Amino acid sequence: MDKRLPKRVDSALKGRRINEQALTNNEIDFGAREMTSLSTSSAGGRPYKKLSMSPKEYQTFAKEREPTRSILTNCIRAFVVGGAICLFGEFIQQLYVHLAGMKREAASNPTVATLIFISVVLTSLGVYDKIAQWAGAGTAVPVTGFANSMASAALEHRAEGLVLGVGANMFKLAGSVIVYGTVAAFFVGIGHLIFGTGGNH
Amino acid sequence: MLKGQQSWWFDNKPVIIGAASVVGPDEGEGPLAEDFDLIHPELDMQQKSWEKAERLLLEQATAFAVRHAGLKKDDIQFYFGGDLMNQIISNSFAARSIGAPYIGTFGACSTSMETLALAAQLVDSGNAQYAMAGTCSHNCTAEKQFRYPTEYGSQKPPTAQYTVTGAGAAVVAPSGDGPVVECATIGKIMDLGITDPFNMGAAMAPAAVDTIQAHFNDTGRQPSDYDLIVTGDLASVGHPIARELLLRNGVPMNDTIFNDCGLMVYNVNKQKVQAGGSGCGCSAVVTYGHLLKKLARGELKRILVAATGALLSPLSFQQGESIPCIAHAVAIAGKGV
Repeated sequence: MDKRLPKRVDSALKGRRINEQALTNNEIDFGAREMTSLSTSSAGGRPYKKLSMSPKEYQTFAKEREPTRSILTNCIRAFVVGGAICLFGEFIQQLYVHLAGMKREAASNPTVATLIFISVVLTSLGVYDKIAQWAGAGTAVPVTGFANSMASAALEHRAEGLVLGVGANMFKLAGSVIVYGTVAAFFVGIGHLIFGTGGNH
Repeated sequence: MLKGQQSWWFDNKPVIIGAASVVGPDEGEGPLAEDFDLIHPELDMQQKSWEKAERLLLEQATAFAVRHAGLKKDDIQFYFGGDLMNQIISNSFAARSIGAPYIGTFGACSTSMETLALAAQLVDSGNAQYAMAGTCSHNCTAEKQFRYPTEYGSQKPPTAQYTVTGAGAAVVAPSGDGPVVECATIGKIMDLGITDPFNMGAAMAPAAVDTIQAHFNDTGRQPSDYDLIVTGDLASVGHPIARELLLRNGVPMNDTIFNDCGLMVYNVNKQKVQAGGSGCGCSAVVTYGHLLKKLARGELKRILVAATGALLSPLSFQQGESIPCIAHAVAIAGKGV
């Protein structure tokens, strides 16, 4: 049975104040509740014998029968789609530089905004998730993937209202990116401070 | 009457006098489209929320079932229902419009046969004249509750399953015209420690194996007594595992046709449903829509439906718990068999 359990089971069985004889492992059997082995439920007199297979054996057995995913195909698709999105971003940036006469640095903000806009439109039209199923990590590239995670959550929870629905759930998926991005930035900043390398961004 | 360890034998032969199935667009493009009573062309069904759409499916399915039984809504004495939503809201709200005394159940995707077994038990024991069983699921409500927002772009692995948008209901009576519910085997929780919610077929396969074997052991029947044995929603990953385990245990499954509702409801190779269908609606629409019609036409004489359920919650899998699974089997025979 599960090896993680004994400590918890032991204290649970003893309790703090008890007016009844302590429960035995047999009576409460935490193990069987979490993991039932195919062999434990056998009873006499049945024509079909149950297969004896421990959870571990079964997990290996099931794992061997899982359809394989080609990592190479997935990587190539992600590379192509992710690269295409970035190339498209570059194209938009060049448009801002050449048609709007912006400087290259100044053009990056409207470029990001344009990509976000396109991503949100594709999400709203129900297309983005279909592309993502094919492209895998390729569509998760920061700007469009981030926009999709926020827009999809906002759309999904619109039915629960603007405050408790959209407002509270919009960062459901993107929230941890922000949290850990900020935390990572904090530590990188500390590093720069210690080694005296920082100050620029 | 109790038969063996965990099976009920219905001596009075309760009859399914009316059944109905209502589905969404993807199921309507599947191979069983002809057999459904109503196919919605859109996932939102012009409702304000996915949850309302799911509820509508069940309200329609139960209303059709009552109509097919030749009854009125008020004739239904007890309604058994359950679904995948937290606090089984789809059924509780639908039961409001059904109006019958209501017993809510939760068996995840095994709910279809769980409720049918209970309804048959109630009628068989003489505690009800007309009892109804119903269940429903909606792809988008399940995605929203168990996975990610529907439009979120994440790649699903090939082991993932596609929740069926659909509802099924059946009315059981002591006598009448229709297929007979012969017996039911109530399953035990099987949990072999699979923690991946994107591989529920493999998690549920041992539960199906356990219940099917228990059914044969309890009733003394053989696989060859059935024209067809179907599991609920094991799909292309779990179903071969269940077959292999059964064969290893010496159950001659090759003597019958052994299939899976999750593989039947869609054209798995053409439609983008990964491993196949899942959800409460999966076994419900296949059984109440497709299989009962085949029984009525005499193309099938006797079937065993083992609906499988993964009883996980969004909280339990986030906390790293494994997936407790269950299967309930109901044997249904065509008229005059």
